[in-house]
Amino acid sequence: MIEVKNLTKQYGNFTAIKDVSFKAERGSILGFLGPNGAGKTTTMRIITGFMPATSGTVVIDGLDIFSESLEARRRIGYLPEIPPLYTDMRVEPYLRFVAKLRGVARAQIDGALERVLEACGLTDMRGRICGQLSKGYRQRVGLAQALIHDPPVLVLDEPTIGLDPRQIHEIRELIKGLSGDRTVVLSTHILPEVSQICDRVVIIADGQVALQEKLSEIPAGTSLEQVFLAAISRERHTVRTEDEETLEEVGAGRA
Amino acid sequence: MKNTLTIAGKELAGYFTQPVAYVVMTVFLLLGGFFFFELLSYFQIILQMYAAAQNPQLLAHLNLNERVIEPMLHNLSIVLVILVPALTMRTFAEEKRVGTYELLLTAPIRTGEIVAGKFIATAAFLLIMIALAGIFPLILIIFGNPEIGVIFSGYLGLALLAISFAAVGLFTSSLTQNQIVAAIAGFGALLLLFIISWPAETGAAGWSARFLRYLSITSHFSQMVLGIIDTKDIVYFLSLILIALFLTQRAVESARWR
Repeated sequence: MIEVKNLTKQYGNFTAIKDVSFKAERGSILGFLGPNGAGKTTTMRIITGFMPATSGTVVIDGLDIFSESLEARRRIGYLPEIPPLYTDMRVEPYLRFVAKLRGVARAQIDGALERVLEACGLTDMRGRICGQLSKGYRQRVGLAQALIHDPPVLVLDEPTIGLDPRQIHEIRELIKGLSGDRTVVLSTHILPEVSQICDRVVIIADGQVALQEKLSEIPAGTSLEQVFLAAISRERHTVRTEDEETLEEVGAGRA
Repeated sequence: MKNTLTIAGKELAGYFTQPVAYVVMTVFLLLGGFFFFELLSYFQIILQMYAAAQNPQLLAHLNLNERVIEPMLHNLSIVLVILVPALTMRTFAEEKRVGTYELLLTAPIRTGEIVAGKFIATAAFLLIMIALAGIFPLILIIFGNPEIGVIFSGYLGLALLAISFAAVGLFTSSLTQNQIVAAIAGFGALLLLFIISWPAETGAAGWSARFLRYLSITSHFSQMVLGIIDTKDIVYFLSLILIALFLTQRAVESARWR
């Protein structure tokens, strides 16, 4: 479970996120939705302990990410916006390195490696150099490193960005299959992605939570698109260009 | 400790899959060979001159350690001022640029373990490099009779110097995501350590002169090259390493305060 309470992050005078609160339950997939620059990545970086918040708390399965950082971090699998690959390493040694770093017991590394290679469709790519992989495969290796220690909490920052439609489909199916008793938070700006795989949605605009709702509670006949546009225009009145951009991406996501 | 070794192993393997490390090692050994050959040729000329002058007293003073090993080690120490920052510039800067920094800092490991791991790997690489440069005195030992103790002391000094440089290089790399900035800052810092005692030679006196001489890496290194292994000098190198690593750890940790 992830509990985010009153999170605020300021860079100098610029407020990236303000008073963000939400809860992601175990066994559910939470979609973190918002236009570009809304503060999605900032929030995820704080949740995973990469950087501190100016104020507010994050609690992972009862452990505070700041004061019980090591224990809390042990429970998280994290796919950053850019897959964190060492470009001169091969896929298999890279994943072994991450497994050791994440504290997987030596005897279990082989098993864990095969499991994630299989799950992410990387079995034939294990000997390839990370820096020479295509965008789609990099994303898969990124996902594989987030899963290698079988974490109860998964934080995925735009997991399907840059993939072709078939890959998008595969990764979405993979994530759906992952939830089980895990807590998954994924950020995206592709609306159909949320309606396809998430149980709950948190819409963030201008660094503030504009809406959070169970997908099943969105009234019948209203599309997520309408909900999203209504939510972000409530927060911002001059977002014409942003809206158009989002709509284009909606189209792209459907293609 | 396990995490430190995990990082160190990966970093050391990384050095050998990267061209930079090979270039650094090649340049170091090539220049070392050049110095060695030149100094030995010069030694040969002097030897012949003294022999021709038929002056046994002068001949007795002619010393392989003093004429070949000492100047070679001093030259190599200056080569290291340039090469070590080139080797360490990517350690942190590159991680920040390509985004693997996020992987390291969100993993359940302490920042101290990251810094220690990277330092151990760099130190190990430099020790291998300096051990390979041991071929030069080995040639002298086979064909001549230099003092082995003095050679050992000099090489120990060079190793301590290189490792201290590595710690300083890690620190400058931890401050930036630009490798060039890291290398130039490291180069500047190391050069300053070399020349910081100059005011003591040109006027400064009293405690300030003594202090500047103490700070200067040259004075401690020269002692060891002369064959004097003094606790004072060892303490100087170890302090330099610890201070630089401490600052590096603070710089990495600072990502968690801001």
